[in-house]
Amino acid sequence: MLMKKLATAGLAAAVAAGAVGVAQAEDGQYIPVLSYRTGAYAPNGTPFANGYVDYFQLVNERDGGVNGVKFIVEECETGYKTDRGVECYDRLKDKNGGATVLSPWSTGTTYALIEKATNDKIPILSMGYGRTSAADGRVFPYVFNFPSTYWSQATAVVQYIANEMGGLEALKGQRFAFIYLDHPYGREPIPTFDILAERFGFTYDKYPVPPATMTEQKSIWLQIRRTKPAYAIMWGWGAMNSTAVKEAANIKFDMSRFIGNWWSAAEPDVLPAGEGAIGYKGATFNGAGTDYKVFEDLEGMSGLSDDGDRGTVLYNRGMVNAAFIVEAVRLAQEKYGKGKHVSGEQVRWALENIDLSAEDVEALGLTGLMPPTTVTCVNHEGTNPAILVQQWNGTAWEIITDWIPAMTDIVRPLIEQDAAQYAQENDITPRDCS
Amino acid sequence: MLYREAGQFKTSYSADQAMLTIPLDRWFVFGLAAFAIVGVPLLASEYLIASILIPVLILSIAALGLNILTGYCGQLSLGTGAFMAAGAYLAYKIATNITWMPIWLVIPLAGLCAAAIGIAFGLPSLRIKGFYLAVATLAAQFFLLWLFVKVPWFVNYSISGVPTAPPRSVLGFDVTGATATNEAKYLFVLAFVIALAWIARNMARSRIGRSWMAIRDMDIAAELIGIRPLPTKLSAFAISSFYCGVAGALWAMCYINTVEPTAFDINRSFQVLFMVIVGGLGSVLGSFLGAAFIFLLPIFLNSAPGWFGYSVAGDIITHIEFMLFGALIIFFLIVEPHGLARLWQIAKEKLRLWPFPY
Repeated sequence: MLMKKLATAGLAAAVAAGAVGVAQAEDGQYIPVLSYRTGAYAPNGTPFANGYVDYFQLVNERDGGVNGVKFIVEECETGYKTDRGVECYDRLKDKNGGATVLSPWSTGTTYALIEKATNDKIPILSMGYGRTSAADGRVFPYVFNFPSTYWSQATAVVQYIANEMGGLEALKGQRFAFIYLDHPYGREPIPTFDILAERFGFTYDKYPVPPATMTEQKSIWLQIRRTKPAYAIMWGWGAMNSTAVKEAANIKFDMSRFIGNWWSAAEPDVLPAGEGAIGYKGATFNGAGTDYKVFEDLEGMSGLSDDGDRGTVLYNRGMVNAAFIVEAVRLAQEKYGKGKHVSGEQVRWALENIDLSAEDVEALGLTGLMPPTTVTCVNHEGTNPAILVQQWNGTAWEIITDWIPAMTDIVRPLIEQDAAQYAQENDITPRDCS
Repeated sequence: MLYREAGQFKTSYSADQAMLTIPLDRWFVFGLAAFAIVGVPLLASEYLIASILIPVLILSIAALGLNILTGYCGQLSLGTGAFMAAGAYLAYKIATNITWMPIWLVIPLAGLCAAAIGIAFGLPSLRIKGFYLAVATLAAQFFLLWLFVKVPWFVNYSISGVPTAPPRSVLGFDVTGATATNEAKYLFVLAFVIALAWIARNMARSRIGRSWMAIRDMDIAAELIGIRPLPTKLSAFAISSFYCGVAGALWAMCYINTVEPTAFDINRSFQVLFMVIVGGLGSVLGSFLGAAFIFLLPIFLNSAPGWFGYSVAGDIITHIEFMLFGALIIFFLIVEPHGLARLWQIAKEKLRLWPFPY
C-alpha cells in the first residue's frame, strides 16, 4: 500500500543470493567472455566468439595450457547491450581467482568498463575497437587497443582511397559518403575524418544508421544514388552491414568503391547480398580461410564449436584475439614464474611489453592471421598501426593490398589531446613511461 | 491476524494525516529502510550492490517518474528515455563546468533542466490525448537524443563523444567515477530513492496528486469542478521529467560511468513503461516492484541454470529468456492486470483474515 519500496531490495536480495556464486581459486587462467550470440549483432558476434573460445580450447588440448596452466573460459550473453555487459562483468570478474583479461567486443561496454577494470586491476584488450585515446598508455594503463585504433584505421582507409585515385592530391574536391552505426562505435572516427577532410580538401556526407532501425536503409541509399559519392566508407556492425551491402547492390553502386572498416567486412555481411556483393572491399588485419598451420592443429580436437564458422574473417579474428592473450599470459609467466597462475596486474605488464616479431608469429602457426605487434608503455595501439584491404570475390575474401600504414602523425596528437582531456576531467596524473 | 487495522484509533489530526497510519506498515517500512541503509552495505556482496541494487533503484526512480505522468495523470508517454538522457547529459555538463558545485546538488539541478524540457514537450498534451500524445512524446525521444549527439557542447567537445562521469564526492566519500566504492554509490542512490519516493507518495495523496487523478479519470469533469488542466498536466510533465532526469543522471554517474546515448534509446522508454504497467499504474510501490521485476527477471533467467549446475550455451539461455519473459508478461497481464502492486494488496487482505478465512 505505502512505500514498501525497499521490498524491492529484499526481492533483489532473494533473487541474487544465488548469483553470487563461490569464488573458488582454481588452478587456471580465468577468461570471462562477454559474447553476444543473440539479437541483431549475433551474425557477427557468434563466429567471433567461436574463434575466441576455440583457440583457448586448442591451447588447453594441444599444449596443456601455458606451461601447464590451463584456461577456464566462461561465456556471458550480453546481446551487445552496455548495461548487460557491465552486469556480466560484475558477475564474472572475481570467479576462479579473478579474470585474467577482458575483451568486451563492444565499444559501448568498453567505455563503461574502463574505470571499473582499471580499479579492479583487470586489463582490457579491446582489439581494434573501443576507446581510441586509450592508445595513450600513460593515461590508460589497463586498456589496450592494438593492433590499430579506429582513428588510425580511418586514416589508412583514406590513404588507400588516395592510392587508388592516384595520390593524396587527387582527394581534393572529392565527395565521399560515410555510413555508420549511430552508436559510440560508429561515431568514433568522425573527428578524424573531419581533420582529414580539411587537410586533403575532400568533403563527406554522414549517414547515421540508428541501431533500432538498422535494417531500414532505403532512404540513405537513395540519397547516395543522388549524390554519387566517389567512395562510400562504412563503419557498421551486425545486421546493418548486410543491409547496406544489399542496398548498395540494389542501386547498382560500384562495389569496388564501397569500403567497410574491419568490423564491416566479413562473410555474414556479404553473403545475403549474393552476386551483388562481389567487389565489396573491407579493411582487415587478419587473413580469411583455413590455409594456416593452426587450422591443422584444430582438426580432430574435441570440445570445439561446430566447424561451420572456421576460416571466416571473424572466426579467425577471434582466434587472433585469443592468441594475443595466450602470448601475454606466456610472457607474464616468464617474468613472474613459469607454470604459475598470473594475476590481471601481471598480464597487464605483459600486454604492455608484447613484442611479437614475424618469426614469433610463424612459430605460433599464425602467419597471415596475426600481425607482428610491438606495444610500449606509451603506445597501447602498437607501434605500427596499418591495415590490409580485402575484397569479396563471391566465395571468399581476398587480400588485395600490402600493409597500408595509418597516418600516425595526424592521429597521435588527437589521441594525446583526447587522453589529456580525459585525464583532466578524471583527476588522473598520467604516469611516467620513460 | 498478522496484519490488522482494527482497533487502531487515531487520536490526533497529525496521526490521521500520517503517511503510514498503520503501525505494522510503519515499522515494516522503517525497518526495511534501516536495513537498506545499514544492513545491505554491510552484508550484500559487491555484485549484488553494483549490478543489481543500484540499477534497480535507479530504474525505480524512472518508473516513479513515469508513474506520476501515466499512472496518476493519465498521460501516456514514450519519452522517458529522452528525459533520462537530458538528465544525464546536463548532469555531466554541470558537473564538469561548475566544478565547485557538490554532486548532490548537480543531480537535482540536472533533474530541473529535464523538467524544463519536459514542460516544453508536455505542451501538446493540452490538445492531444491518448495514443496521439504517446506519438508526440516519441518525438521528444528521437529529437532529444539526436540533439545530444549532434551538439558537441553537451559533451564538452570530447572527440569520442562518450564522456566519462567525473569523480565527485559527498562528505569525503567518492560517489562517482572510478574510485567510488559500490557501497558509497549505493547509499548515494538510495538517498535519492528514499527522498523521491517519500515526495512522490505525499504528492499523490495531496492536492496536486488528487488533481492529477481527477484529470486522469475524466478531464472535462475535472475542469468543471475547478481543476485547471494546463497547470495540472504541465506539473505532471515537469515532475515526471524531473524524476526521469534524476534517474538518468544517476544511471550515467553511478551505474555505467559514461554518458552514452544508447543507454537512453527507445528501448529504455519501453522498458520503463513495462515496469509501470507490470508494477501497477498509479502506485508508488508498483514502480519499485515493476522495476525489480523487469530488470531482474532476465538476469535471473540467465543465471538460474548455473545455480543448479547446468551449463547451457549462452545463446540458448537467452532465447529461453526471451520466451519466458514474454510469456510471463502476458501471464501477468491476464492474471493480474492491475500489476504487482495489486498482488501485494491481495496478499495483505489475505493476511488480514489469516488464519481464519471465512
